[in-house]
Formats: sequence, structure tokens, C-alpha cells
Amino acid sequence: MLNQKDILATQDMIDKRHLDIRTITMGISLLDCCDPDLKTCCDKIYSKITRCAKDLVKVGEDIEKEFGIPIVNKRISVTPIAIVAGSCQADSYVEIAKTLDAAAKTCGVNFIGGFSALVQKGCTAGDWKLIRSIPEAMAATERVCASVNVGSTKAGINMDAVAEMGRIVKQTAELTAANDGLGCAKVVVFANAVEDNPFMAGAFHGVGEPECVLNVGVSGPGVVYHALQSVKGQPFDVVAETIKKTAFQITRMGQLVGREASRRLGVPFGIVDLSLAPTPAVGDSVARILEEMGLEVTGTHGTTAALAMLNDAVKKGGVMASNHVGGLSGAFIPVSEDEGMIAAAESGTLCLDKLEAMTCVCSVGLDMIAVPGDTSAATISAIIADEAAIGMVNSKTTAVRIIPAPGKTVGDRVEMGGLLGSAPVMPVHDKSSEDFIARGGRIPAPLQSLKN
Amino acid sequence: MKAIVTVVGKDRVGIIAGVCTALAEFNVNVLDISQTVMQGYFTMMMATEVSQCNVPLAELVTRMDEIGKDMGLSIRVQREDIFEAMHRI
Repeated sequence: MLNQKDILATQDMIDKRHLDIRTITMGISLLDCCDPDLKTCCDKIYSKITRCAKDLVKVGEDIEKEFGIPIVNKRISVTPIAIVAGSCQADSYVEIAKTLDAAAKTCGVNFIGGFSALVQKGCTAGDWKLIRSIPEAMAATERVCASVNVGSTKAGINMDAVAEMGRIVKQTAELTAANDGLGCAKVVVFANAVEDNPFMAGAFHGVGEPECVLNVGVSGPGVVYHALQSVKGQPFDVVAETIKKTAFQITRMGQLVGREASRRLGVPFGIVDLSLAPTPAVGDSVARILEEMGLEVTGTHGTTAALAMLNDAVKKGGVMASNHVGGLSGAFIPVSEDEGMIAAAESGTLCLDKLEAMTCVCSVGLDMIAVPGDTSAATISAIIADEAAIGMVNSKTTAVRIIPAPGKTVGDRVEMGGLLGSAPVMPVHDKSSEDFIARGGRIPAPLQSLKN
Repeated sequence: MKAIVTVVGKDRVGIIAGVCTALAEFNVNVLDISQTVMQGYFTMMMATEVSQCNVPLAELVTRMDEIGKDMGLSIRVQREDIFEAMHRI
């Protein structure tokens, strides 16, 4: 029989250390929903999503009860809409976003991802329509998430799309100004986007994926933080080993839940995303893990090294615990969704430049960052270009989810509520990048040898 | 299918009797019990067989939680797999 210590350890992680399954995300292919008529296309999309995902929330809740582990989010990702709607004779895809929103509400999921376009090498007519529909779609819907992949290691960076996305982010903020630009929290600009990511706002169901699949995202910064408290002052070998063991346990939980959910739903199990995803709750922070390693405040010198080690150890520990690992897999560093990051940004120690350096060694990128409302579209594009360049050169996924909060300036705070948290408005450089962004064109793909 | 029942609360007469009676009513077989009292706090873990349980497992979880509240205890029912997954390779 199991021993009491193990049982209590697991219960303790759930009760006191915020161990949970962050999301079970059902990926649904909408490739069979294409239709020249927009209305027919919308009808097909609605009926397919509500058919495939009708039991998703119920199954999630049952598993939650039976295993006694919270499954915080149940979500859906779909084929990038720019592909699905490419043949539609319509100028705008806002109606499709509304359809996705309605389907999400019917299924009871809190987010649906896939209002997306993959334009790393260039834009089709459908891609442009989708991109230009984003601001209105984000304002008109509640649960739809949009993403645009503007660069990749193999294709380079599409600077026309980068320039456009700066304007799109600004427009989205303006259209949702009443909520501090909340719409921007649902828009991600990627480089090297992955096809099986279960985490929002960047989830979409790639074209290389099966008809329907279930992906799982685990979480557990609180558990790692607690484990590190027991190895205070010890060398990094011990720290890395402790993180690996903890990540293994967390991932096993994700694997178990994913397998069980996919069996009950009758869909194949895709991947476990080995991510340390923080929440704004105290004790569920990635920044506090870095500080536990010996940094006074996250953002000070040493932060990048600490994060690199954390990210690598999480993957090493997790990879053995699951038969398929994928998604973004690593430590997330969203500012607004992490209590320790918020504190570090407010203290002025954590700045945008340091965050950018941190994104070189961890998953994703500049995530959930509020900047002054008067930040120009070109500056936002330039921030996106920098981040895409990091992804392109390092063969990793990077992303930008930035909120130019209308009417707000440095020192103010943007409240997004719930898991999205609240973000202190961070300063950006005031020197112009206008001429740089105005060039357009494409940054060529980087050399993959002669690495220095 | 096995489930682990964890009972925690202030020690008093009749805790085991009460919990076992409730489980018996749901047709849950108790396979193993381990129990300690630490500083007046009663902690019991039971390995149980729930395959023949006369209600769905999710309902058993809710009902045992309610029964626990009535008795002034925390009663938690969880499938054994979760502990196996985390602590056994």
C-alpha cells in the first residue's frame, strides 16, 4: 500500500502549494468547415465545435472530483481561422469570431484559441483579412483568443506583418479602452509558434494535428518554490536535482489526468505541456522561485542564469514523466499573472530590457506587459521584432502579449481580473523606431551553422 | 478501482465507526486502515475498493464530504491512481 507520507505530501501540494492542472485543451480541426458562404461556414464551425467538445467540461469536472485535483481551465483550440476562412467571400472575419465565442459559451469553456494566422513568410488575402479583423473581434467577443505567427527560424521575420501587428495591438487597446485595453490580453504575436500548445492566449490547432486531440498543461510554481526552501544555501547541482524531481511529480499528474480525460472523451491524447504557469495568487509565482535561489528581487543581475537553470530542470524532470511532451514547455514569465513579477516590476528592478533577456532562456516571451497608452504602434512593432528575432535565432518559441493601456502611464496599474491579474505600467524607451519599422519586407532566415 | 479515503479531525468517540458505516452504505469495501492521533488530531487513511460502489465516484466524493462536515471532520475520497502516479515510477 502507499504510505501515509506520500498521500499527505500530495494532498499538501494541492491544498497549500497550488498544485493544479492548469488546463485541459481540446484541439479541434475545422478544415472540413470551409465554405465560400460565410454564414454556412459559421454554422459548420459552431456545430462541429459544440459536437466535439460537448462533454469536455463535464468530464473535466468529474475527473477533478474523483482525483481531488483542481483542473482550473477547460479550453478549446481550433485550426487557424485564416486557413478555414480563406475561401469565404467576406471582407471581415468578425462573424467567425462571434461564432467561436458562442460555441465556447455553449460548451462552457472559458477561452477558445485559434483566431489565428501563420504569416512568417508572407500573407495570403485571408491572412490579411483575419489580422485586420482582430481589433473588432477582440472587442466584440469575450472568450476568443487571437494569435499571429510573424517569424520562424526557417522563414525569417515577416516585417510587413510585424508593422501591421503594432497597429493592430494599438487598435485593439483603443476598442477595449473601457477595460484598460483588455482585448490585448487575448492577442499574441509569435515567432516559431507551436501547433499543440494548450495554453491561452496562443493556443491553436495546427494543420499537422489530428481531427481532434486533447492536450494538457500542468502547473506548480508553488510546489517548486516549497521544495527549494528545503535546500537553502546548497549548490546548484542540488537545486537542479530538486526541481527535476518536483517537475517529474507534477508532470505525472498531468499525464494521468490527460490520459483519463482522453479515454473518457474518446479522443487521442496529444501532449503534456511541461510549463510552470504562475497565477496572481500568493505562493504560485515563478519570480519567487528565482528569489528563493538567492536573488533579492527578480530582475536583478543573475536572474537570467537562475531562469535558464529553472527552465532546463523543469524540462528534464518532466520529460521522463510523460510519453509525449510538447507545447511551450518551460517556465512562463507573464508579468501581470505572477505576484512576484508584479512586485519586482513595481519596485523598478524588473524592466522591459531584462525581461527581454529572460525570454532568451525560457519559454514564450514578453507576456502580459502593460506599457503606457501613448506608446506608438512603431515602438510596439519594434518590441515584437526584437522578440521574434530572439526566437528566430535561438530556434525557440517567443511571443509578445503587450497592453498599451489607453490613458495610463508609468506608475499606473492595469486591472484585468481573474487569472489575467493586474499589471503595473512599465516604461518603454522613448526614442523612435519609426523608420526601422517603415522599411517592411522580410528579415532573411538566419544561418544555422557558424554559431557564436 | 481503488480509492484512498483520508479523514482528519479532532479525536472523539465513534469516528471510525461513523466513517465505516457510511462507506458500507455506499457498498465500499475497506481494504486497509492506518490511523494515528497526533496532539489530539485524528488522522486516518483507508485504502478502499470502490468498483462495486452504488453511486458514481464523483457523487461518493461529494456525499462523503457532506457526511464529514456533519461529523465535524474532513473526509476526502480520491482515486488511488493519483498517488501512484506521483510517487511510483
